Amino acid sequence: MEHTETAADVVDADFIALDGVEKIFDVRRKTGFLRRERHQVRAVDGITFRVPRGEMVGYIGPNGAGKSTTIKMLTGILTPSGGRLRVAGVDPARERTRLARRIGVVFGQRTTLWWDLPLIDSYRLMHRMYRIPDRRYAENLDRCVQLLDLGELLDVPVRQLSLGQRMRGDIAAALLHDPEVLYLDEPTIGLDVVSKAKVRAFLRDLNAESGTTVLLTTHDLTDIEQLCKRVMVIDHGRLMYDGPLAGLHEVGESERTLVVDLERELPPLEVESARVVKVDGPRQWLAFPAAASAAPLLAAIAARYPLVDLSVREPDIEAVIAKMYADRGTS
Amino acid sequence: MGPAGPARPSGLREGTSDGPVDRVRDGLRAYRMITAMWIRSTLAYRASFVMTALGNLTATALDFAAILLMFSQVDVLGGYRLPEVAFLYGAAACAFGIADLAIGSMDRLGRRVRDGTLDTLLVRPAPVLAQVAADQFALRRLGRVVQGLLVLGYAVTAVDVDWTPLKVLLVPVMLVSGAGIFMAVFVVGAAFQFVAQDASEVQNAFTYGGNTLLQYPPSVFGKDLVRGATFLVPIAFVNWLPGLYVLGRPYPLGLPSWAAFTPPLVAVACCALAGLAWRAGLRSYRSTGS
Repeated sequence: MEHTETAADVVDADFIALDGVEKIFDVRRKTGFLRRERHQVRAVDGITFRVPRGEMVGYIGPNGAGKSTTIKMLTGILTPSGGRLRVAGVDPARERTRLARRIGVVFGQRTTLWWDLPLIDSYRLMHRMYRIPDRRYAENLDRCVQLLDLGELLDVPVRQLSLGQRMRGDIAAALLHDPEVLYLDEPTIGLDVVSKAKVRAFLRDLNAESGTTVLLTTHDLTDIEQLCKRVMVIDHGRLMYDGPLAGLHEVGESERTLVVDLERELPPLEVESARVVKVDGPRQWLAFPAAASAAPLLAAIAARYPLVDLSVREPDIEAVIAKMYADRGTS
Repeated sequence: MGPAGPARPSGLREGTSDGPVDRVRDGLRAYRMITAMWIRSTLAYRASFVMTALGNLTATALDFAAILLMFSQVDVLGGYRLPEVAFLYGAAACAFGIADLAIGSMDRLGRRVRDGTLDTLLVRPAPVLAQVAADQFALRRLGRVVQGLLVLGYAVTAVDVDWTPLKVLLVPVMLVSGAGIFMAVFVVGAAFQFVAQDASEVQNAFTYGGNTLLQYPPSVFGKDLVRGATFLVPIAFVNWLPGLYVLGRPYPLGLPSWAAFTPPLVAVACCALAGLAWRAGLRSYRSTGS
């Protein structure tokens, strides 16, 4: 499988290449005692995009938009119903096991580790199953253990790990064989703030230092903000947006929400660059542009009002996408 | 993690898996690695393993006690005396025990499809069948094999048979082919669970149920059942056909006597069919999801 240089260059630019990829599911629904109604669901409905080698891309969309289906097609789990799909020049559906050595996959909702066995047993098995050279394995494991803080967890059965610990264990497992591309399906779902930060920092370093191509789906826009220059939005199986995150904010004009608890009930606060969207007793909700920093706004409120507590809510993807639709409808 | 640039040779050359021979080799390799891991982890708690293995042996031993109990009341069962029934029982228990030990965890496939953990096996560079078969490998199931061997050992010494070399040879052939036939049933059952995810009970009816059926002589069952077990789900080839030849008994369906020597062929055919069924099941999963 020697590539000529030009072929390798082409593969690098089109490392992940989708052309009109479709996935249609036949869904049977019981409508009576023995009657079943069949109808088709287009989970992925003609998606085209390219991801060059070494890029880190966010793939977002509401539940059921087709994100996971896309990842399953990229990893070869599912066979596309139509279109053309290549990863590193290889058709994943046809050469699933061969491609498996070159990719890493992390499913946020379920572990790829052996549930009843200590973490280190899973890693040892990966070592042999992926035929990782001994030195590489030792180096990679050391590095993951150090950066992901796994030292004390190696001898703990996976089922006893907390969600955050397990996720870090899963990420390490996906990287022991030096994959050229890493797919992360909701890698920060359910994690606390500290775990999220650890995972994000690790992924950022991985991409910067090893040049690993990363495609991640998420519900958390902060993941994208901190990790990805490029974001793709999918909804109803179609690609709605493909570009920088900043552009997405412009498209959606999304807003963050500042929730403030005041000492007492007050009329809606009056501050620049934010508007009160809801008042409930001493608690008020203020919307401000997602691109703006919250710091000056906070300073302004704290200076003029008796502030007790506060929190900032990120715009959720559903809201961003809803805005996208609304804008598209008016323009 | 090294640079993942194009200059680094990818893992493509080593261990490519293209032909069916390569796939079988890869599968066996993965199976060996995964079972070795489970055995290691089982033996890490030696005392606990010894206890569960003994418990397993006792439980299966009670199973044969039921037959002994029956013979304390009657001298013959369907025209067969105790050593003869023990011979059939031991052969079936051994063959089933080996299959159950090797790939008995396959009836969990439906659950894996339901909860989506099957996907995690599909992204590993090893055949899924091997991974599913080796999952949760339970060495304690050795208890059933040991019990079967003990009963068979007793039967071989007690039974009134004129042992020709052919009959002696037929005994190990029967056990190995029988295990192969049962494994095929396990795999077909698992393949069916790709389509019907809660069919593990249906599978159990054929595996555990089939085993129970074979522990008695065919003469105690109706002709239709025997016919089904011979031609439909050919578990009769596990021990009835070769076993009755060894015992010098006629097979109820009046099959020619050479049929007693076909179990290896039947086993190979069953395994080939099971392999096809598995491939069809996996393909349907990959085109429909769960």
